[in-house]
Amino acid sequence: MARVVVDVMLKPEILDPQGQAVQRALPRLGFAGISDVRQGKRFELEVEGPVDDAALARIREMAETFLANTVIEDFDVKVES
Amino acid sequence: MTLDTVKHAAETPESGQPWKELGLKEDEYARIREILGRRPTGAELAMYSVMWSEHCSYKSSKVHLKQFGEKAPQTDALLVGIGENAGVVDVGQGYAVTFKIESHNHPSYIEPYQGAATGVGGIVRDILAMGARPVAVMDPLRFGAADHPDTKRVLPGVVAGVGGYGNCLGLPNIGGEVVFDPCYQGNPLVNALCVGVMKHEDIHLAQASGAGNKVILYGARTGGDGIGGVSVLASETFDSTGPSRRPAVQVGDPFQEKLLIECTLEIFREQLVAGIQDLGGAGLSCATSELASAGSGGMRVELDTVPLRDATLSPEEILMSESQERMCAIVEPDKVDRFLEICEKWDVIATVIGEVTEGSRLEIFWHGEQIVDVPPRSVAHEGPTYHRPYARPDWQDTLQADDAGRLPRPADSAELRAQVLTLVGSPNQASKSWVTDQYDRFVQGNTVLAQPEDSGVVRIDADTDLGVALATDGNGRYAKLDPYTGAQLALAEAYRNVAATGAKPLAVSDCLNFGSPEDPAVMWQFAEATRGLADGCLALGTPVTGGNVSLYNQTGDAAIHPTPVVAVLGVIDDVNRRTPMAFGEQGQLILLLGETREEFGGSAWSQVVHDHLGGMPPAVDLEREKLLAEILISGSRDGMIDAAHDLSDGGLIQAVTESCLRGGHGARLVVPDGLDAFTFLFSESAGRAIVAVPRSEELRFTDMCGARGLPVTRIGVIDGDAVEVQGEFAIPLAELGAVHEGTIPGLLA
Amino acid sequence: MTARIGVVTFPGTLDDRDTQRAIGIAGAEAVPLWHRDKDLKQVDAVVLPGGFSYGDYLRAGAISRFSPVMGSIVEQANAGMPVLGICNGFQVLCEAHLLPGAMLRNTGLHFVCRDQKLRVETAATAWTADYAAGEEISIPLKNIDGRYTADERTLDDLEAEGRVVFRYRDVNPNGSLRDIAGISNAAGNVVGLMPHPEHAVEPLIGTGRTDGLAFFTSVIKKLVSA
Repeated sequence: MARVVVDVMLKPEILDPQGQAVQRALPRLGFAGISDVRQGKRFELEVEGPVDDAALARIREMAETFLANTVIEDFDVKVES
Repeated sequence: MTLDTVKHAAETPESGQPWKELGLKEDEYARIREILGRRPTGAELAMYSVMWSEHCSYKSSKVHLKQFGEKAPQTDALLVGIGENAGVVDVGQGYAVTFKIESHNHPSYIEPYQGAATGVGGIVRDILAMGARPVAVMDPLRFGAADHPDTKRVLPGVVAGVGGYGNCLGLPNIGGEVVFDPCYQGNPLVNALCVGVMKHEDIHLAQASGAGNKVILYGARTGGDGIGGVSVLASETFDSTGPSRRPAVQVGDPFQEKLLIECTLEIFREQLVAGIQDLGGAGLSCATSELASAGSGGMRVELDTVPLRDATLSPEEILMSESQERMCAIVEPDKVDRFLEICEKWDVIATVIGEVTEGSRLEIFWHGEQIVDVPPRSVAHEGPTYHRPYARPDWQDTLQADDAGRLPRPADSAELRAQVLTLVGSPNQASKSWVTDQYDRFVQGNTVLAQPEDSGVVRIDADTDLGVALATDGNGRYAKLDPYTGAQLALAEAYRNVAATGAKPLAVSDCLNFGSPEDPAVMWQFAEATRGLADGCLALGTPVTGGNVSLYNQTGDAAIHPTPVVAVLGVIDDVNRRTPMAFGEQGQLILLLGETREEFGGSAWSQVVHDHLGGMPPAVDLEREKLLAEILISGSRDGMIDAAHDLSDGGLIQAVTESCLRGGHGARLVVPDGLDAFTFLFSESAGRAIVAVPRSEELRFTDMCGARGLPVTRIGVIDGDAVEVQGEFAIPLAELGAVHEGTIPGLLA
Repeated sequence: MTARIGVVTFPGTLDDRDTQRAIGIAGAEAVPLWHRDKDLKQVDAVVLPGGFSYGDYLRAGAISRFSPVMGSIVEQANAGMPVLGICNGFQVLCEAHLLPGAMLRNTGLHFVCRDQKLRVETAATAWTADYAAGEEISIPLKNIDGRYTADERTLDDLEAEGRVVFRYRDVNPNGSLRDIAGISNAAGNVVGLMPHPEHAVEPLIGTGRTDGLAFFTSVIKKLVSA
């Protein structure tokens, strides 16, 4: 079994209210020096069988059509064995 | 890229400009050059193109919309009319109410959650900008066929977006509609209404006056949201040319908007603003030009002082950005410090970006260099006007000749019973609680009635129990058969719904959803619908106070049904007297008010049983609607009726079923003399309602109806735990409830 | 004397004005408290009302718990002052560790707004003395992050110590473990619950019932007799 990780983040130009709220709270909590925060989602997929090019292509398709909303989000697929 | 300054533009008159790509016509571009006496700068071109778009300038619709002013009924209730962010109505006791309905259709198809969310956000800011505290929202929604796969994508996203944003703002969602029809496939309609309350003296207007007064931009930072969205997204037909052409989606931040509301209300309480405008479509281009245009004098703006989320934005993009949750205020210099202090208290970023000037020009600078120098009226209020050709389509006669009265009717009682169950369980007639239970209807602690009641009622003064009622209605099927009548039917139904809860209808806001104005058939539908609505408002004495037009709702040649959605606002002096729809007490009499005719054109029955649309919609008698409303209001005020429910799509059986299920009691009905059971149950004749009357009040109530000339028929009694039509069938409430409640979750959950 | 009950407003709080009204209807004086102020204005009790403080971003209640007012409230709560957290206020109390456990997204993944039946499991708290143990009440519920969760040992301890104050009846609307709708601390002065008693205090408004009023009369009696 191999693990494939899909990270989904809002596209850079899209407003991220959650990240902004966290970032504004940081100085009040005494955490200085953070100029920006963006919040995303991480999916951990346990893959049955080998993670070959075909399997990765299917996962990319899954990420593009399902895990991420590519109107507003980017995604990144990583193999993590 | 060098900055295209005013000076540079004057020196390079022949430099080519992308006016076509920005959606301008050749003669429009020529007119801009004529107004300015030179070619526009890039920033000016951006402003004109966005402000002269269909969405902002109403260029195709305004020749028809002006009837709402010309035919406006005389009324003392209207404090602010069409033209401001929203109309304002006097509801007595020193209170004023402002309300408006708007569309966010195309964005909601592209990104349902954010499209719907920002639709709510936009209309709430409109209401806030009038000086009012927003107190409730409503969302009339229309989707493609209930069982279409794309409806499963669009509907849950839209509903979650409406709820996600509105719930987070603390605004009760008290009504609206959910309608399915294949004509909305690819063109869902997401209309949003907000109502706000203030004292008369708190009314604020969008105008910049008083030279030396400061222009303050406050709220969210400006990012690349929806750049060009207004002209590209809202005005051109959306076709599936792939994701690359999709403009940036605007993302809403309801938390920021909640802070903006509380911050702005505190600023109003301390009387710190001379004028105010929300930033919606066309962002700063719109806000600065409208404020300057409506005021005396000019305005100077230092655009580089605008706080940015994305430092790479060009001045043109900053002017066009539709970043949400922003407002623009005009503030006297000695009040600026206090203004900024309140913003700081609420963690709201506020920046002085300019000031009102002695002159008559809107001047915008970028790091000291002038990039805009225009007469603000020419941008905001003197855009192009089109007299688009319109013509009654060839197919209209054929459609109207296809009489629904000729459709096969149920052959026996068993078939009649089966069709009743089909009707009350059909997606359009089924319970929408799966949708509305995702909206907070209790917040603010003033909700007296909410969906599925005929209208939403909120208390606006806890000491005097003064309240307002609101209903929205629209029926695209009726309007397709006859747009003039269809618009009046939408008005009549909303008016009737308000009266059914015991409130007096006062004013109207409308959201006119149509196909492409470039199609003469669509333009004819639009012309007929606006004429019908204006005539109807005159007859009912309820002026149109504002609203919104959404055109280009079509895919290819297929336009949506013409869908005027009408919101009616009413006032109720004492919310303790409100009339609910539930049949609450066994033994009470059920009376039918109004006349039932054989009218099935556009009916729910014809759709559900025969998948048919043809013939004429039900006839409208606005004098009768007024009389019915008076009776419903008097009956409520004098304590004669304990429940009332208007009759509309689905007819009498639909209304009886809803009132029974809501109250948990059955009904025994008798078909009145002169009517057959089928017509009695399914006809959609207008100007009707059912009421539940205690036996002790029957005579007093029927005498009142008789004296005023309103037909009233005793049709049954609240009894048992089934809906029974004598001599025909009985259906247990449990069976009715199962189909009525089960349909929508079955399709979507 | 008239009891003085503080109502905290965080950025994004929604039900603060409703809660103030409910306190007034119950016969006490409502005192607005601001999240940035450490000063509790000498109130006798505090309500953390519902809403979406800081947009519920990061986690519901996660940012609010660090506000200055919460420092004072935690201190006073530990000294015995009655504190009620409603909905988002409950989430804040959990994040501040005045109450054990945490709230997760509803199992149905939707926001749920309904008239919710509850059983009052104990009358032995500052906020439920006017109810009878075992009594059933119905008050509005409205949340999207309302699924109460804690580890098995914590749940067992809560049950054993009689600190499960409310349980959902008929329908568990959000998947809360053991149908828990509300809990208290060991001393019974701090109570948190997801449903909204402040929206059920007037016969005409909301659900048309006044089942929530006893929350406020309970604490007022306790304060006035103290």
